[in-house]
Amino acid sequence: MRGTVYFRRYWQLYALLVLPLAYFIVFKYGPMWGVQIAFKDFNFFQGIMGSEWIGLDAFREVFHSHDFFNTLRNTLMLNILDLIVSFPAPLILAIMLFEVKFQWFKRLSQTILYIPHFISWVIIGGIVYQVFGTQSGLVNNFLAALGLGPVPFLSDKHYWLFTYLATGVWQSAGWGTILYLAALTGINRDLFEAAEVDGAGRLKRIWHITLPGLKTTIATLLIINLGNMIAIGFDRPFVIGNKMVMDYSDVLSTYVYRTGLESGQYTLATVVGLFQAVVGLVFVLGANYASKKLTDEGIL
Amino acid sequence: MTERTSNRIFDTVNVILLTIFVLICLAPFFHIAAISLSSTRAVVSGAVTLLPIDLDLRAYRSVLSDMSMIHSLGFTVFLTALTTVLCMIMTVAAAYPLTHTKLKGRKVFMFIIVVTMFFSGGIIPEYILVQNLHLLNTVWALVLPGLISPFYLIILISFFNGIPNSLVEAAEIDGATQFGTLFKIILPLSLPVIATLSLFYAVGRWNGFQDSLLYITKTELYPLQLKLYQLVQNSMISDVTRNEGPGVLHSTPESLKAASVVFATVPILLVYPWLQRYFVSGVMLGAVKG
Repeated sequence: MRGTVYFRRYWQLYALLVLPLAYFIVFKYGPMWGVQIAFKDFNFFQGIMGSEWIGLDAFREVFHSHDFFNTLRNTLMLNILDLIVSFPAPLILAIMLFEVKFQWFKRLSQTILYIPHFISWVIIGGIVYQVFGTQSGLVNNFLAALGLGPVPFLSDKHYWLFTYLATGVWQSAGWGTILYLAALTGINRDLFEAAEVDGAGRLKRIWHITLPGLKTTIATLLIINLGNMIAIGFDRPFVIGNKMVMDYSDVLSTYVYRTGLESGQYTLATVVGLFQAVVGLVFVLGANYASKKLTDEGIL
Repeated sequence: MTERTSNRIFDTVNVILLTIFVLICLAPFFHIAAISLSSTRAVVSGAVTLLPIDLDLRAYRSVLSDMSMIHSLGFTVFLTALTTVLCMIMTVAAAYPLTHTKLKGRKVFMFIIVVTMFFSGGIIPEYILVQNLHLLNTVWALVLPGLISPFYLIILISFFNGIPNSLVEAAEIDGATQFGTLFKIILPLSLPVIATLSLFYAVGRWNGFQDSLLYITKTELYPLQLKLYQLVQNSMISDVTRNEGPGVLHSTPESLKAASVVFATVPILLVYPWLQRYFVSGVMLGAVKG
């Protein structure tokens, strides 16, 4: 009896959940089930079930391949460089914006600095090739005016690293200020006034009040970043990279695309994807553990 | 040096540096707009920086008369609208039941959802799934795989949880059904968060690229990003190689590529100023949860 009362009262909730759960099971758990092809000699004619088991053969092949280690190295290298360059940028920018007294100037700067975040990587790629080109590019025009260049920003792999990182800062620094600025509004105003009374200069104030006020935000964001060290988006390296700089621009996500969908080596590509997913999971759980130790609060 | 002068120096330097950063942020947009509006000769000679030289509108004329480009824009508007509506309906449908602590099986459902935030099958099994469902080269390949973002779902659940329980209980005593409570009490109170999440879904779909690269080969179904990629990037790869040896002419004029990029950017720049505050509030919603 109680069961029917319960059901009469709540059946609508289950009705609402049917489609969303079906979605998760088909489109999220379906591919997880499909991961078994990492252990099979997959081809489309025989399907996932019909393909033959090959055990760890594909793993052995991947872990003996030079390309795989190259893309793994590039993934870590680009992420670490990004962390060094792109991580402090929004912090510095936020502190600078926070110090601005004219509200209209602050608001206008924010509006403009946020824009690149909403531009797709394909568009950014198009812009990057114009701005960094050797023939008519803005940067090389500027360098030429100084009597320098032309610098092969797009075709030399070392200069390309600069292009990749600069583009990242341009795209993300403005938007990244939001969380810092929000944390800054939480700092007690009295502290700033007290510092002023004590005769502390602006730089001292930033060092002793503003930065400590941002400590938890910085730590949390840093940990999240470290947790994502092996994860890398597809669009950015794919559209900014090119054949000339493949040595550095080929990362795990683009490698999976290339081997799997361009060359049809589905099994190998799935192995690489699985490797990335498993190591990524370990990283994220590790980051969460570290966060709990440091700030008593998990990031998950 | 007195404290006041040193403060003034700090403020001045700060504003000047910020102004420079803002200009650096804008410069690439001006550069590409200038190239799109300049004559091919001026562009190739490398004279164009931030302002057009030999004003020439032919690039825009050819972009706007390229029916496939216009079609792609129209298709992307349709795709974005369809995706946003369906995603939002599904996200609300999932979030509301999961806020009911009395719902039997709630923990299991939550577990099923949260697992997908940390582990996925990867691109290749997803591709095989889409292929097996016969969705390749259909609109649905671009809509269904991303119907619910677990992150946005959790934001919505925590927002619903913040709505005072007394309101819901009062409605239940008045004999409202679960659907009634959802539509009459919960949704009207959640309009700002729904607007924000819709916006995130919309921007994600508008800017999305990788799935169309994988799933779409029919040109009628090219979203704007894929269309732009084909047009701009493909010829760029050869340009980079060509730049090594001087004196070779370009296949696609730079101004045409630049005009296409501008064409794809303008819609975003047009809506962005009106929607900025929703974006900012959205980041804060996500941050509250961690």
